[in-house]
Amino acid sequence: MTERDNQSSIAEQMAAHIRKVADHRDRAAFAEIFDYFGPRLKSFVMRQGSDPQLAEEVVQETMVKIWHKSGQFDSKKASASTWIYTIARNMRIDLLRKMNRPEPDMNDPSMTPDPDPMAYDKIAFDQEADQLKKSITLLPEDQQRVLQLAYFEDKTHNEVAVELNVPLGTVKSRIRLALRRIRTELGDLR
Amino acid sequence: MNVNHHPSEALLLDYVSGTLGETWSLGIATHLALCPTCRRTVDVLEAMGGDLLENISPAEMSGDAAARMMARIDVSDDAQNKTGLPTLQLSKSHILPQPLLSYLGKDLADLKWQRLGMGAFQSLIQTQEKDVTARLLRIPAGKPVPEHTHRGLELTLILSGEFSDATGTYKRGDLQEADETLGHHPCAGKDKDCVCLAITDAPLRFRSLAARIVQPMLGI
Ligand SMILES: [Zn+2]
Repeated sequence: MTERDNQSSIAEQMAAHIRKVADHRDRAAFAEIFDYFGPRLKSFVMRQGSDPQLAEEVVQETMVKIWHKSGQFDSKKASASTWIYTIARNMRIDLLRKMNRPEPDMNDPSMTPDPDPMAYDKIAFDQEADQLKKSITLLPEDQQRVLQLAYFEDKTHNEVAVELNVPLGTVKSRIRLALRRIRTELGDLR
Repeated sequence: MNVNHHPSEALLLDYVSGTLGETWSLGIATHLALCPTCRRTVDVLEAMGGDLLENISPAEMSGDAAARMMARIDVSDDAQNKTGLPTLQLSKSHILPQPLLSYLGKDLADLKWQRLGMGAFQSLIQTQEKDVTARLLRIPAGKPVPEHTHRGLELTLILSGEFSDATGTYKRGDLQEADETLGHHPCAGKDKDCVCLAITDAPLRFRSLAARIVQPMLGI
């Protein structure tokens, strides 16, 4: 089995575990999710500057949310890791910054609907997730660096510009180029 | 209805990674409600976050972490029902999408407006942040937005009507991301009052005499 096969089967397994938690309150499945994502979430939060103890607290709270919100997980809309990433992010903002994070409400009738739901299908399918993974690793180093600072080190694009000692416009264009390239490779942009 | 003016990818990334403050995020989230294109960009950015999470080298958990976890879900299962979803507030006018409507607490027709001079009005929006200000502005049809300068960033999201300046015409859903280098003189469209959400990280300085007189009283 290649590493790629391995990765996509893990994504599928995790999605199946979340569904088992949603449908049957399956504790064994939940323990599997914790075993896989717990250490990764802890690592992620520590890279963003938290000490190990605080990071574990964020992990615990995130996992409690996963247990309760598992019914909202829709594997057609997001992969397990993407869904968990967003829950952990919100939990971290909530716990460490005590801040609200405004979000659009998908049930709001005042919201402008997607023009073509198929064209705007989310990055969920394994094929797309694989392509995304590959695209990120193929980005030029300066673009990857900016993304790493943004996701891992909790820096705004302003702070990234200071850290790298480059003009703000340079950081903005690196982000724009990285996204354009990834979306082109996902078949999103032509 | 097509949205033509979007926030920079850099600002969307800050929103997705969670580094963007509450008040700016209110502007981005309200734009997202009106812009399927940027919702798709956010999906891609969140998928990148998920991918980075999946591929990070795992940290070691403390020995009792799993046991504590299982104990937690037993306890919280009982307490869970208290966190039901809040009832969704609807905008009768369909002009104010969420999350803006929740922050204002009332629909457009019921808002209290403060006079800014030259026929323009504002309604301040409470957030937890002190150094960034969000407000709704209402500019009468055909009139200029009271001339102002700003330090740092200014986001303007059009909700109703339109405005134009040297950079183009902005309609419902369009978002202008302006830094201090943009000395702009926006003017509301001729046919209709323009209502927009304006977010600034420094006090706006209105230049008209009337605005200057009321400015200290309004605290802007
Ligand atoms: Zn947009």
